[in-house]
Amino acid sequence: MEANTHLQSEPHGPPSGIMRWILTTNHKDIGTMYLIFSLIMFFVGGAMSMVIRAELFQPGLQIVEPEFFNQMTTLHGLIMVFGAIMPAGVGLANWMLPLMIGAPDMAMPRLNNWSFWLLPFAAIMLVSTLFMEGGGPNFGWTFYAPLSTTYAPPSTTYFIFAVHILGISSIMGAINIIATILNLRAPNLTMMKLPLFAWTWLITSYLLIAVMPVLAGAVTMMLFDIHFGTSFFNAAGGGDPVLFQHIFWFFGHPEVYIIILPAFGIVSSIIPTFSRKRLFGYSAMVWATASIAFLSLIVWAHHMFTVGMPLTGELFFMLATMLIAVPTGVKVFNWTATMFRGSISFETPMLFASAFLVLFTMAGFSGLMLSIAPANMQYHDTYFVVGHFHYVLVPGALFSVFAAVYYWLPKWTGYMYDEILGKVHFWLSFIGVNVTFFPMHFVGLAGMPRRIPDYALQFADFNAISSVGGFLFGVTQLLFVFIIIKCVKGGKKASAKYWDGAHGLEWSVPSPAPYHTFVRPPEIEEDKDYF
Amino acid sequence: MKNMNDTNEEYDLYYVPEQSKWPIIASIAIFLFLAGIAMILNALKINSSLNTGYIFLGLGSILMLWMLYGWFADVVHESRSGLYSGQMDRTFHWGMFWFIFSEVMLFFTFFGALFYVRVLVLPELAGISEESTHDLLWSKFNYQWPLLVNPDNTTFKGASSFVNPFHLPLLNTIFLVLSSVTLTIAHHNLREQNRSAIIKWLFITILLGFAFLICQVMEYTEAYNELGLTLNAGIYGSTFFLLTGFHGAHVTIGAIMLLVMLFRVKKGHFESDNHFGFEAASWYWHFVDVVWICLFIFVYIL
Repeated sequence: MEANTHLQSEPHGPPSGIMRWILTTNHKDIGTMYLIFSLIMFFVGGAMSMVIRAELFQPGLQIVEPEFFNQMTTLHGLIMVFGAIMPAGVGLANWMLPLMIGAPDMAMPRLNNWSFWLLPFAAIMLVSTLFMEGGGPNFGWTFYAPLSTTYAPPSTTYFIFAVHILGISSIMGAINIIATILNLRAPNLTMMKLPLFAWTWLITSYLLIAVMPVLAGAVTMMLFDIHFGTSFFNAAGGGDPVLFQHIFWFFGHPEVYIIILPAFGIVSSIIPTFSRKRLFGYSAMVWATASIAFLSLIVWAHHMFTVGMPLTGELFFMLATMLIAVPTGVKVFNWTATMFRGSISFETPMLFASAFLVLFTMAGFSGLMLSIAPANMQYHDTYFVVGHFHYVLVPGALFSVFAAVYYWLPKWTGYMYDEILGKVHFWLSFIGVNVTFFPMHFVGLAGMPRRIPDYALQFADFNAISSVGGFLFGVTQLLFVFIIIKCVKGGKKASAKYWDGAHGLEWSVPSPAPYHTFVRPPEIEEDKDYF
Repeated sequence: MKNMNDTNEEYDLYYVPEQSKWPIIASIAIFLFLAGIAMILNALKINSSLNTGYIFLGLGSILMLWMLYGWFADVVHESRSGLYSGQMDRTFHWGMFWFIFSEVMLFFTFFGALFYVRVLVLPELAGISEESTHDLLWSKFNYQWPLLVNPDNTTFKGASSFVNPFHLPLLNTIFLVLSSVTLTIAHHNLREQNRSAIIKWLFITILLGFAFLICQVMEYTEAYNELGLTLNAGIYGSTFFLLTGFHGAHVTIGAIMLLVMLFRVKKGHFESDNHFGFEAASWYWHFVDVVWICLFIFVYIL
């Protein structure tokens, strides 16, 4: 074996120019690109939601054609899920996991860059459908057959391939994260010393490699039905449209947990820091995360209570779904117990994390309401569902991403963010979210169906309030961009451990974190934990 | 290996590659490739003679082949330069293992669709488990498997007969099971660095793989020309071609992987204790073999 020392030269800074970003193998560069991409897609998807809220501001057809409205609801959902929230989580994982476990980089750095660069191409393919003949996908983000097969616009073919590319990206990213956490931990950093963010991402990665191929299978069968004359989702040939729903939700339900588990990890880092206490019930948190992930794989048909399942099926999926409340409850109580008698201070990350705790719990309760099969017959496909999952995704997943960005931004840039502006961002977002989504529960229970551009007059007032809240929330996010840019440009210098209550290896490196960290693994103390 | 790791003898440095052009090329290649296919499919659907799609597809394919060659060549070169530690080896093990798991889940989806159709959908359409759907939709429909008469047999003309499992499929089963055995023999010889024997057994394995593919093509031709079993022949044809087709594609990929391994063995690559490239290819081959056994049982026999 020849020695090849020149390739293992001492760590150095980044190359300059645009090629630094395109060719990079550095987890921090790739994490940054993921986060910026996610922010851009957040505004693209957000702009679509503004169109939706503008149309729904008053009853009657006001601004857009119903056909275009359907494309907006579809792409808003797809872009927010696959373009904004998931890449934000992966970006945070890229940036923080190697720092948290004392690794020199991700396990497969080139593959990591590939996982990222697939995303912009998938996004281009997906958004370009809007400008194609026949319009973009208009069947809702769940793309139920036969709306997405027999009655779909021609652009659906591009939508299918965009989903394939997203799937490749997610699977490769998940494999990389698993290999990193299992294989690249600093010596003696045992699994039960890991921060929960690492644990939640490990478990999320397993969910990803278990269900993204199922999504790929679903869209492949759609492709065959559309172009090759098969009849998977057509009863005339012996198939079944309900088969599509089963396959889709076998992916779709764990997808919810793919989005929310990393959020749990973030909140489990932030709450102990600002409560100046250790996380209460660490091992219970790990087991709760694993239980939630397992249960998420066997509850998918609770999205399909009204398709005509056998009674035993309804009962099984109802009870299994309710079971998820147990490990989730363990988590909520553990976070609360962490705060109990803590010396709490409310900087921006803690504000977002506390709002997460309260509002996500609420989203869980509306989820429990939906899990009751007989009651579900009433509010299936109403705005109650829209209200429920937006509470999960916005003050749940999105708030935790905001919290994470404020929490670690000084570590990335070397400067403290503007605390006053951060708090303004929080309060406006908090008010905006509740004004937008809380009334949706009322109109939903009163019977307003989802995915419609027009509605009966009795829903007018609540919809107007929702729209005002939506615009407030949307405009507030421009402030978020401003705060980030301001922090990148300069400000108060951040020390290595700028949160006095924080624990973990990421606080042992200077702020901003050097281009290469932990080229040699750090020393791990036997009797110390790192979460 | 002598490097600046001297101060810390316990650990080899984990190799973090320099910048690489392959990821961005791979992304562009996949984009062009899939956009090309989408254009071609959409043009075919409306009988348009638009051929921009072929340009995209061609460019994408060329880029993809170049990328695959270049990326793997880089990895092989780095590995043979001794840059990879034992820890890197474990990364590759984990990576390949979970990649194969994701493939298992893909086949799980297709098998799941087959079981769902056979156990729930067709009995319901035939009025066995539930009557109203049957009475309202196609009241003359009877359930049998393989399904030769579809509920709406004018839109989806069923096949005239089904594939005999004990003809070509049985031969194919023998080919694949044998190939797994010969590959394992090749692997044992690799451990003992018995070069000519590795080449011999690996060659036989690849030959068996291609024999399988040829039989598969013959079977498809027979199905289309003589049995009327096509993609349009309802759910039997749909599941049959989806499952066997995806499996065939995986056999092709696996055979190409083994072919690359054959060239690498001939070039003198792989040591008795350091040959994960070979091992990964053989994992993949065994996986493809196991999928076939499931196919043989659930698609052909039962």
